[in-house]
Amino acid sequence: MTMSPSQQSSANNPSVDQQSAWAQARYIISENVVTFGAFLLFFVFVLFALFGNAIAPYNPLTSNATIALSPPTAAHWFGTDDLGRDVLSRVIVATRLDLGIAVVAVALSFFLGSILGTCAGYLGGWPDRIISRIIDTIMAFPLFILAMGLVAALGNTVENIIYATAVINLPLYTRVVRSEILIRRDAGYVEAARLAGNGPLRIMAMHLFPNVLPVMMVHISLNMGWAILNAAGLSFIGLGVRPPTPEWGIMVAEGATYIVSGEWWLAIFPGAILMLAVFCFNLLGDGLRDLVDPRMRT
Amino acid sequence: MSRPSTPTLIIRRILAALPSIIGVIIITFTLTRALPGDPAAYFAGPAATQEAIDQIRETLGLNRSLPAQFFIYISELFRGDLGTSLTTGQTVLSDLLTRLPASLELTLAGLFFSLSLAIPLGILAATRPGSWIDHSVRLLATAGVSLPTFFTGLLLIYLFYFRLGVAPAPLGRLSILFSNPPSVTGLFLIDSLLAGDLKLFWAALSQLVLPAITLGLFALAPLARVTRAAMLGVLSSDFIRTAKASGLPSHTVLFGYAFRNALLPIVTTLGVVFSFLLGANVLVEKVFAWPGIGSYAVSALVASDYAAVQGFVLTMALLYVVLNLLIDLLYTVIDPRAGVES
Repeated sequence: MTMSPSQQSSANNPSVDQQSAWAQARYIISENVVTFGAFLLFFVFVLFALFGNAIAPYNPLTSNATIALSPPTAAHWFGTDDLGRDVLSRVIVATRLDLGIAVVAVALSFFLGSILGTCAGYLGGWPDRIISRIIDTIMAFPLFILAMGLVAALGNTVENIIYATAVINLPLYTRVVRSEILIRRDAGYVEAARLAGNGPLRIMAMHLFPNVLPVMMVHISLNMGWAILNAAGLSFIGLGVRPPTPEWGIMVAEGATYIVSGEWWLAIFPGAILMLAVFCFNLLGDGLRDLVDPRMRT
Repeated sequence: MSRPSTPTLIIRRILAALPSIIGVIIITFTLTRALPGDPAAYFAGPAATQEAIDQIRETLGLNRSLPAQFFIYISELFRGDLGTSLTTGQTVLSDLLTRLPASLELTLAGLFFSLSLAIPLGILAATRPGSWIDHSVRLLATAGVSLPTFFTGLLLIYLFYFRLGVAPAPLGRLSILFSNPPSVTGLFLIDSLLAGDLKLFWAALSQLVLPAITLGLFALAPLARVTRAAMLGVLSSDFIRTAKASGLPSHTVLFGYAFRNALLPIVTTLGVVFSFLLGANVLVEKVFAWPGIGSYAVSALVASDYAAVQGFVLTMALLYVVLNLLIDLLYTVIDPRAGVES
């Protein structure tokens, strides 16, 4: 970020500085209302993920047969499920697990994909060929089905859901980082760093990679939504998370049997919240993309 | 540079798919050996005797070296032997073959629905950039990728089956009142028409509509976005300006000139879209009790029926490679300029 002239001139006048900062913030928000809304929503989800247990009005695991399958009421906003558990509480508490799986998986594939992509892009030659071949092989599978196969082979646990989600996201990061590094490999500042005696490792880590980060933030945000969808899809078909653990995908799966008899709140509420979370990340990613690089907008 | 003939290009494309196929086979092989614990015991199932486990160890060659095991695996693949399913008692191959047409019909119907909606929307958005139509298409596309397929399916079932009562019960390809049409292609819509049974066609169609829409909504977003972007790019190019300046009617410019050129990126995106569709297929089939290979894999997963799951993963991967190949070939046919660069 470069300093605007107004910021420089007002550096010795704090009140004007504050005013213009506010004005600037208001301007940015008014230009990106949707992004700002998505950011607020994201904040709510983070709150749920951190303090879900404290926010939830009831214990998500306590069953109460006398109020089983009651539709939404003032006491139970989202109704109760077949065991009389409060759906709202379960939805809130599930946030941590769903977001947690996605965050860890995306972090893993971002970390590994960045290393692979940077090496492939900067070194070229046989490292590039081997890495690209591995990524192509992963891409030869329909990704959700590869995840199913991985979880089936490695064992049906939450950790393996995370690993599988990380593997199927790996191609995205590797490819994007590789192509971004390729563009910058022969840039002036890289040449300068090389001439100044920096080794390839240092150039890759300290000079090239930081310049790729803004573009990567956009991809992380868009990819988070997809990772959440994938993890929820896997648990919907009975992989990973086990009942009675509250998780959005499994709650929709449990509620699915009741939807044909009209008890819609069991499946619709967790599904809608899941959709909202994914929607939030996608909007955030779109907004970030417009800010980082308006040309990428399609 | 002289351009190689189209048949040469096609053969080169087919050869270029070979590494993918080899890669897929290596990964599925690794997956079968990556089972924690004793793979033989897993393939034999929980109720197997020691003898059965030993026999499976012998047939899979699990007591030999890895290259030897790989060789056995390959030769079994060539014989079409994917093992025996524990839950159905049939060979995995015959299970998959009987169920594949159901999945294909669903996937193709979903793709058809999504193309027939995405392309007009994308063109509309591209011809009026910045308008409310453009913005709502963008919002719709973002909402489309955010929809968990299984949730959309359930929502549609609740609305159209339970509330409005216009859709049939979400229980497979045909209600029990009908019997399957004589199998020619395995696709009920086509088979019933071939048999001249319109009532049956209607019954099959009404079962297909909701799952196809569910599947199609998921693929709508990438297709609409690419159509819009491609049309925007083409519409701002010189030859379109020339065509307009020459006084050609606007629909000729739009469909005869612009859309034909915008078709290439759309066809390329179909590859990604098929990855989505085949994955989402599994979820949709589970929701609608659709008797395809996706729901087969889900029940096999739950029952720890490993041979069936591995066979399913391999089939889907090979199907995907073949679909990508077809897309590439289509690409070569649409745009003769597209050669084999790399």
